[in-house]
Amino acid sequence: MTHHVLDMPITEARARELKAGDTVTLEKTLFGIRDATLIAMFDRGRTTRLNMKGHAVIHTAPNVRKVDPRPENSSGYEPLCIGTTTSMRMERFTRPLMEREGVRLIIGKGGMGQGTLDAFREIGGAYLAVVGGAAALQTTWIEAIEEVDFDDLNPESLWKFRIKDFGPLLVTMDSHGNSLHAQVNADAAARRAAVLASIGAA
Amino acid sequence: MQLDLKEVEELAKTLYIRALKLLPPDIKQGFERLMREETDTTGKAILGTMVANIAVAERTRNLLCQDTGIPIYNVTIGRNVAFDGAGMKEAIRHGCERATKEHPLRSSVVHPITRKNEQTSCGPGVPLINVDFDTRDETVEIEMIPKGSGSENGSFLQMLIPADGVNAVKRFVIDRVIECGGRVCPPTIVGVGIGGTSDLCMHLAKVAATRPLGTTCKDDEGAKIEAQLSQAVNELGIGPQGLGGRSTSFRVHVEVAATHITMNPVAVNIQCHSARRASAVITPGGIAFA
Repeated sequence: MTHHVLDMPITEARARELKAGDTVTLEKTLFGIRDATLIAMFDRGRTTRLNMKGHAVIHTAPNVRKVDPRPENSSGYEPLCIGTTTSMRMERFTRPLMEREGVRLIIGKGGMGQGTLDAFREIGGAYLAVVGGAAALQTTWIEAIEEVDFDDLNPESLWKFRIKDFGPLLVTMDSHGNSLHAQVNADAAARRAAVLASIGAA
Repeated sequence: MQLDLKEVEELAKTLYIRALKLLPPDIKQGFERLMREETDTTGKAILGTMVANIAVAERTRNLLCQDTGIPIYNVTIGRNVAFDGAGMKEAIRHGCERATKEHPLRSSVVHPITRKNEQTSCGPGVPLINVDFDTRDETVEIEMIPKGSGSENGSFLQMLIPADGVNAVKRFVIDRVIECGGRVCPPTIVGVGIGGTSDLCMHLAKVAATRPLGTTCKDDEGAKIEAQLSQAVNELGIGPQGLGGRSTSFRVHVEVAATHITMNPVAVNIQCHSARRASAVITPGGIAFA
C-alpha cells in the first residue's frame, strides 16, 4: 500500500498507478459536482467554461456564504461547510464525465457500480473514498472557492475549490478492476444465510 | 401557560442550528462503544475520523455534516397550555426559514417535480411538524431533527402477509441493510416499524430511527426482535462507510403498533452516524435545552 500526494491535474498514467487500498492526498484544485449539475450537463446539454481535464471531482453541494468577490474568494462565495454525499445516485454520469470532460478521479462516499469500474479500466481513473458526515473536518482542507458555474443551480452548482492537503483519502476502486465496495458487499451477501440462521429466520 | 409564538419561532431557528452542530451525548457514547468493539483496521480508522470530526465541529462551531437535511419538528404539548395551533406551525416554519437565511445554511429542500430550491429549507409540506400531547403540566417540548438524505434514501416498506410470519419481518430488515451497504453512511441506527397501516408503519420506523441510543422498545416482543437484529446486523461485515468491519450499526430500534388481521407490514428507515437532533422544553420558568 502506497501513499500518493497528487498535484492536480494528473495524467492517465498517474491515475493508473493508484491501487485499491492505497491512500491519497490531493493538492491545489478540486471540483464540486452533484446530481443537478450532472443532469444539467449530460441530460440537458449545458456546457461549462471550467476545464476539468485530468482533475478530481467530489460529489458535494456545499454550505456557502455570498461575499463580495475578493482575491481569496474570487467566486463571490466563502466556504462554510463542505463534505460529501452518496455517490451511487450519480453512477450513470461517470463515463460521460470522463469522456467529455476528461475527469480522472471521483471522490465521494459509499462507492459506485460496475459501470464506473468499467469506465475506470477503459479510460483510466479511480474512486477515492472520503468519510461521509465528516464535513467539519474536510472543510479545513479547503482554502477557497475560486470559481463557480451554473450559479442558478445553487447549492448544486459546479464549484472550483482551492485545496490544501485534502486527505488522506482511500482508493477503493481502481483502473485494474478492483472495488473494495463490491468485495464488502459480496462478503455481506455470503454471510446472510448464517446471520439469518442465528436469529431463527433462515 | 400561554405559548409565546415569538419564543417558538426563535427556538425553531436555534434548534435547527444547534442540531446541525452538536451531536447528542448518547450518540457520542455510542461511538466510544463502537471504537472499543471494532477490530477491523479500516473500520477503526474511519470511526476515528468521525470522532475527530465531532471535535472539529465543536471547536470551529461548524456544521457536523454538509447535509442540512429535511427539517422535522416534533412538538409535544402538555396540560394547561393555551396555544394558537395554526400560529405555532407558522412560527416554526418562520424559524426554520430564518435559520437557513441568517446562519446561512444550505437549503436542501426542492419542489419534487420542478426541483426548484426556494433557498428557505421550506416547501409544500416541509418542514414536517408533528404535534402530539402528553401529561406534563405547563410544558411544551420541541425536538428538531435535520434528517439526512443519504440515510433517508434507505427507506423501505413491505406489506407482508400473516402467513409470512415474523421471520419474514426479520429477513426483510437484514436484506435491506445488506442492500444499503455503505450508501446510508454507517454506522447507522436502523429504524424498524412493525404493524399499523402502511403510513403508520413508515412513521414508526422514523420514530425508531431517531430514538436516543440506550432506549428500548416499550413492547416486550418488539424489544426481543430489537435485541436479536442489533446483534445480527453487526455480523454482516459491512462496517463503517461500508468498507468492512463490525460497526455496521449502533443499534436496531423497533417500534410496534397493532395491525389488521390480514396484514403484517414492516418498514425500515435508517439514520446515519451523524444522528443529529436537538430539543428544548418551554415552561413558565423559561427555556431549557436538553
